[in-house]
Amino acid sequence: MASGKVMDPENLNENVKKTVYAVRGELYLRASELQKEGKKIIFTNVGNPHALGQKPLTFPRQVMALCQAPFLMDDPHVGLLFPADAIAKAKHYLSMTSGGVGAYSDSRGLPGVRQEVANFILQRDGYPSDPENIFLTDGASKGVAQVLNALIRDEKDGVLVPIPQYPLYSATIQLLGGTLVPYYLTEEENWGMSINELRRSVTEARRKGICVRGLVFINPGNPTGQCLTEKNLGELIEFCIQERIVLMADEVYQQNVYQDERPFISARKVLMGMGPPASEALELVSFHTVSKGFLGECGQRGGYFEMTNFHPKTVDELYKVSSIALSPNVSGQIMMGLMVNPPKPGDISYPQYEAESKAISLSLRKRAHIMTDGFNACENVVCNFTEGAMYSFPQVKLPQAAVAAAKKAGKAPDVFYCLRLLEATGISTVPGSGFGQKEGTFHVRTTILPSEKDMPGIMESFKKFNQDFMAQYADAKSKL
Amino acid sequence: MQSGVDTSAPVYSKNGAAVREQTVSSGLNQSKGSSMPKKNPVSIQSINPKVLNAEYAVRGEIVIRAQALAEELKSNPGSHPFDEIIYCNIGNPQSLGQKPITFFREVVALCDHPSLLDKPETHALFSSDAISRASRIINKIPGQTTGAYSHSQGVTVCRDDIAAGIAARDGYPANPEDIFVTDGASPGVHMMMQLLLSSEKDGILCPIPQYPLYSASIALHGGTLVPYYLNENSGWGLELNELKKRLQEAHDAGTTVRALVVINPGNPTGQVLSEENQQDIVNFCKDEGLVLLADEVYQENIYAEGKTFNSFKKVARSMGLEDKDIVIVSFQSVSKGYYGECGRRGGYMEVTGLPKDVKDQLYKLASVNLCSNVSGQILVSLVMNPPKPGDSSYEQFARERDSILSSLARRAKVLTEAMNKLEGVSCNAAEGAMYVFPRLYLPKKAQIAAGEAGMKADVFYTRRLLDSTGIVMVPGSGFGQVPGTWHVRCTILPSEENFGAIIDRLTTFHKKFMDEFRD
Repeated sequence: MASGKVMDPENLNENVKKTVYAVRGELYLRASELQKEGKKIIFTNVGNPHALGQKPLTFPRQVMALCQAPFLMDDPHVGLLFPADAIAKAKHYLSMTSGGVGAYSDSRGLPGVRQEVANFILQRDGYPSDPENIFLTDGASKGVAQVLNALIRDEKDGVLVPIPQYPLYSATIQLLGGTLVPYYLTEEENWGMSINELRRSVTEARRKGICVRGLVFINPGNPTGQCLTEKNLGELIEFCIQERIVLMADEVYQQNVYQDERPFISARKVLMGMGPPASEALELVSFHTVSKGFLGECGQRGGYFEMTNFHPKTVDELYKVSSIALSPNVSGQIMMGLMVNPPKPGDISYPQYEAESKAISLSLRKRAHIMTDGFNACENVVCNFTEGAMYSFPQVKLPQAAVAAAKKAGKAPDVFYCLRLLEATGISTVPGSGFGQKEGTFHVRTTILPSEKDMPGIMESFKKFNQDFMAQYADAKSKL
Repeated sequence: MQSGVDTSAPVYSKNGAAVREQTVSSGLNQSKGSSMPKKNPVSIQSINPKVLNAEYAVRGEIVIRAQALAEELKSNPGSHPFDEIIYCNIGNPQSLGQKPITFFREVVALCDHPSLLDKPETHALFSSDAISRASRIINKIPGQTTGAYSHSQGVTVCRDDIAAGIAARDGYPANPEDIFVTDGASPGVHMMMQLLLSSEKDGILCPIPQYPLYSASIALHGGTLVPYYLNENSGWGLELNELKKRLQEAHDAGTTVRALVVINPGNPTGQVLSEENQQDIVNFCKDEGLVLLADEVYQENIYAEGKTFNSFKKVARSMGLEDKDIVIVSFQSVSKGYYGECGRRGGYMEVTGLPKDVKDQLYKLASVNLCSNVSGQILVSLVMNPPKPGDSSYEQFARERDSILSSLARRAKVLTEAMNKLEGVSCNAAEGAMYVFPRLYLPKKAQIAAGEAGMKADVFYTRRLLDSTGIVMVPGSGFGQVPGTWHVRCTILPSEENFGAIIDRLTTFHKKFMDEFRD
């Protein structure tokens, strides 16, 4: 049995082996194989706007280029290519560094950028924020991993995670050897969150001897897109205070909201609004990124987490862990600064920035509708509206015969469906089992990111495939 | 809503054992107006002990103090006997005035803002080969942008260029599928530790002194560091007998040793291994079934006459060893060399000899973070594939590179000599890397004073040095040293203009220190 190899799979860290991350898992790998064979693939597996044709905003890229190559600013011709405010902004960010983008910064990120993030939070919420509690990271995912690493000591420590969830959480908890404690969102109530369900989940976990230490919620939701109300957030906060749980607020999609009834409200704002003792009792950590919104700068790896009411020594420990990685990438930090401190009315670049960002936001809103409606027009498919984020998460009611065929092929039913969809249409999605779902239900996650031009074709393709699939596996009885 | 007995956050007793407490959950509603017993879920007593155990002196205690002093100087100039803090603690060249390589920055700037590539005015500002290189790279990136998540191992064109660069360097082929591009070399180290360490029964052989990323990473992943001592008396030589001895000891203690870390050129020690030495190490790993973790980030920082860099993979291949014989992981970074691009976070690991299913696990780990920053990926591909003679940028590139490297070599020599002139200090030559690591023979009086201050002797010395001169060095205890010996690590990076003044300040301080504590 032994391969004679030093690193035989038998003797690898078990936690690594148990970890699954579907977003770049089986479906994606199969899609990549097919792409190599020459098939046209439409990747809708990950929220990666630029890969599907969304353009970066001009102003941030001008500033970034100047920061990368500051000697350009000594050249008399620089004004031919760069507006004055981009040049000024580049100088502004470079002056925050000690040596430009090529030097390690403070391990928590450049103090100047962290101050800008704090200013942004104050402006957004109306409550002051302390830059000392803000750590910049190479993408929000790194920050999530850091906080969970401090929180999880062993398999007896549990973290509440919504089902369906973005599988960074399940993967990271597994890698750290902790326990994922699921709480189910209610699909019939627009993927709503119920405090009763939270209570049920916590009680059950404690019965099993799990010490529940953290609660993750994603607002707007991924893959589900729902936007929480102020009341929801208030209940969540009180629950965490009562149960002594750290609240982890994944708010990376705060600038992706496609309806007006429930605008984004940050957990911190609600918490601060409750006043003491609550506002001082809850340990809250909030995550944000440059990868989403209308910037979509996934490849930069820019993110931050903000800690509220953390014990100062705990903050020190997190600082220590950050320092081992020396510093987050400085360009990504500058991108974060540019995101939270964009051009203002009166700036030369403001009109273009406004126009570009509005166009993207409006287009995303439009595509959210096109996709939801498109899925709802398909047989046996029901799809909640994408209130926010970047995904559509329709439920596909698979006939018994399809479930049986999947079993025969050794695949989970939704994996089976998604593989067939991929082979037939080139559309690469992520099966719902990658995110978690209520037992017996099947979902598919796609992004709303294909261009407006391509979207009708894609929805047509899907509809046809689904029709053929349902016909092939139709029940003898009437529809479910 | 039930109240009652709950399991809640355990408290750790002094010796680290968990003591589970049961408390009654008190709701906000029940005790309005009275102060709630504040028990943070993430209080210091209940944080992951692996986090508490990890240490990283390069940005540890002394640096935190330095930052505090810098603040004091800002708000109250003249409050200290120096005007500024001089950071000699960390290999961060561009923070001390080293300029980036123009060609590299031209290409990444163009890749970051590719609409420039279509504009005629661009030719007035950028060199033509930078424009064509950037065009080539951008056109091969899906989406033609640095703004998209890439393949989790790194963009294909970057990995192709890196593999080509490795092959050109070594004379043996490299496979892009073996390359994982990461945000700096450090995440690659963490990934390997995660893969290799299941419990404290798993051990990793590490050089002492070592760059404390290794000790920290092992601690974070719950493994055991198995030290092997470099021999200061033979220029920090790595001896096979020492390796064998430590391996045996570890086995006897019940530790399964999984890998050997070798840093070549060394950090903090700077030694460059001879090819024979490397062959011994390769054979040792092959015979003992150890993964060879080769930290080769200083491969372009070699100053000693007659010394050259040989990658461990090259050495293994030249011995006739293939993937089936040995697992070698080579780490490289854009942070060092002559490019010094620390803030960009660009690096890679080349992983050879892994069975496919294990490599799949590594891929999976990489995929959870989606990808490393794309601009950094491009930079590392440029570093491994710089301008060649004949390219329009070559002359300027070569000038910049040679100027930096010769300056580093000069500074290495000058600082080593200056250290050796100090009373009670002996300093091996910095054959490579970016540091000097002198040994301090501290008088008994100093050691006693240190003890009274609650500090190790080298910490005491660096603290006094900081407080008197503003110069920040890292105590040897941050890297490990033979017990009873003391060292400090100082970078060779302050600019040549400032170098003399820094040495003067150090010399003056040291004399005063010895005057105070001489036996």
